[in-house]
Amino acid sequence: MTDAVVEFQELSKIYGSGDAEVRALDGVSLRIERGEFVAIMGASGSGKSTAMNVIGCLDVPTGGDYLFCGVSVGGLDADQRARLRRHYIGFVFQGFNLLAKTSALDNVELPLVYRRVPKQERKERAKVALESVGLGARTKHTPSELSGGQQQRVAIARALVTEPSLLLADEPTGNLDSTTKGEIMQLLLQLNRERGITIAMVTHEPDMAEYAQRIISFRDGRIQLPEAAQ
Amino acid sequence: MILASLLMALRELRRNTLRSLLTMLGIVIGVGAVIALTNIGEGATARVKSDIGKLGDNLLIVRPGAQRRSISFTQAPPFKLVDVEAITREVSGVSAVAPTVGSTQLAVWGNQNRQTTIMGSDNAYLDVRGYALSQGRKFASSELSSGSAACLLGATVQREMFGERDALGQSLRVGKISCIVVGVLTAKGESGMGQDQDDMILMPLRTVQRRVLGSSDVSTIFLSARADRSTQSVQQQTESLLRQRRGLLPGQESDFTVRDMQEIAETMSQATGTLTALLGAIAAVSLLVGGIGIMNIMLVNVTERTREIGVRLAIGALASDVLVQFLLEAVVLSALGGVLGIGLGLGLSWSVTRALDVPFLVQPPILVLAFGFSALVGVLFGFLPARKAASLNPIEALRHE
Repeated sequence: MTDAVVEFQELSKIYGSGDAEVRALDGVSLRIERGEFVAIMGASGSGKSTAMNVIGCLDVPTGGDYLFCGVSVGGLDADQRARLRRHYIGFVFQGFNLLAKTSALDNVELPLVYRRVPKQERKERAKVALESVGLGARTKHTPSELSGGQQQRVAIARALVTEPSLLLADEPTGNLDSTTKGEIMQLLLQLNRERGITIAMVTHEPDMAEYAQRIISFRDGRIQLPEAAQ
Repeated sequence: MILASLLMALRELRRNTLRSLLTMLGIVIGVGAVIALTNIGEGATARVKSDIGKLGDNLLIVRPGAQRRSISFTQAPPFKLVDVEAITREVSGVSAVAPTVGSTQLAVWGNQNRQTTIMGSDNAYLDVRGYALSQGRKFASSELSSGSAACLLGATVQREMFGERDALGQSLRVGKISCIVVGVLTAKGESGMGQDQDDMILMPLRTVQRRVLGSSDVSTIFLSARADRSTQSVQQQTESLLRQRRGLLPGQESDFTVRDMQEIAETMSQATGTLTALLGAIAAVSLLVGGIGIMNIMLVNVTERTREIGVRLAIGALASDVLVQFLLEAVVLSALGGVLGIGLGLGLSWSVTRALDVPFLVQPPILVLAFGFSALVGVLFGFLPARKAASLNPIEALRHE
């Protein structure tokens, strides 16, 4: 087997039927190799969000197949996919989505709670994850006491704490100012280079996509070939 | 995991303390009301029982008239002294028999007058009813046999008419006769039915029969069974003896009743018990209302926290994890409400029983039941919101604004 973390095989996602049929993804094939940093781009309605949801095992394809680390996701039920996410995928969202009035440490250890990791180990690993994003001194702070950039770092630490095979970032810089954007992208780049973490990042900003090794552009439910994009 | 979820639930509830407290309030009031009412009711029942017990131990009351309405008190032939003598002679296990007649008369002394009950009986009456002398003496046998005008005063009559003054040896006018006070009785207090048992004047039976009522009838016979004999056997013997004396055929309904105080006590406490249960049931309805309050707030919670639920599902929570989390929040709310309610109920019933001078009886089974029921309310009314949370689609939940 190859070392692909994400592999779409002629994958389709069709909503509705008959006249109301919407082909969000229309026979897409793509691969993301282990250790890659890929940016996924496209206008709204291009299918990039659907692709992102399928990659993150939040949604299942209606046609073709999706192999995550070689495992076919199409046939899994909601709980099986939840277990897959719990163990192998880390999510970073545009709106940070941290639990309010909850300390950074408690936020970061949340995925480990669902993995039934003992409390002591949970705290230690959460601390290590926070240190790795440069927030070792802010463990007790709640989201409202942190800047946007710091909140996103907490969210990244939360995604990293489970040591996932894939870090999935959905517009991670969408809510940040330009300086902070650069900082967050540097952090992702560093995680990718130094720790070999596979990253798939959805963005609509070309500047941010430049940080990635490869850009996958969606248009009308299909991948736009690089020459056509130019 | 359950412990971690429990801590998580507590943290969630602390995040919105005021709302959590208000949500609990329904359960607090419901449980509080149930506990308070059952405690007060139980105290009242115990009080009634002990009051009836105070009427006298092993007491039997024999009255003409049937228990059912078919033969009224007035239609039934009254007892005579010979019936009383027959009981004394033939029924075994009787320690005292007191024939009585009663009448309400105006008692006058100096410028004091008082409408009171005149009881005609003998010294045995004091024993069967459990009165004791505080001053003076009982009736002399000559006074009893000759029907002379001597009397013993109940504590209320002594207090109201004589106050601090000494009543012994005073001459009192009762109805048309005047009598000499030979003794004063100790106070017995209110009966279970709320009558003042000390508002009476006791005279020899014969005196009241001849000089007040002008009749040789005996209206009520009090019997007391010996402590080592069952009241039931005395009751049965008395009943068959009187049936025989009154010429009743087998199968014919008795035109008199022999009632056991125990029986009366049971009836009374059954009545208060039923009332307590009824009030408790009404209070339990407010528990239901409290449960609906919890469901309402939990539904609001689920809607407000849709994004959070989406995040939890995305980072690996199973639907069952989310279900357990929200269910636990509801149960913690209601159980905490239950504990506060138990506190409130105990406090309330303690102060009320103090105020009413009724015994304060805590019933652990009711406390456990109330707590269990409030937790159950949480499970029942928390389930729907929790299921709603657990069945959210993570993609839509994450997109929720």
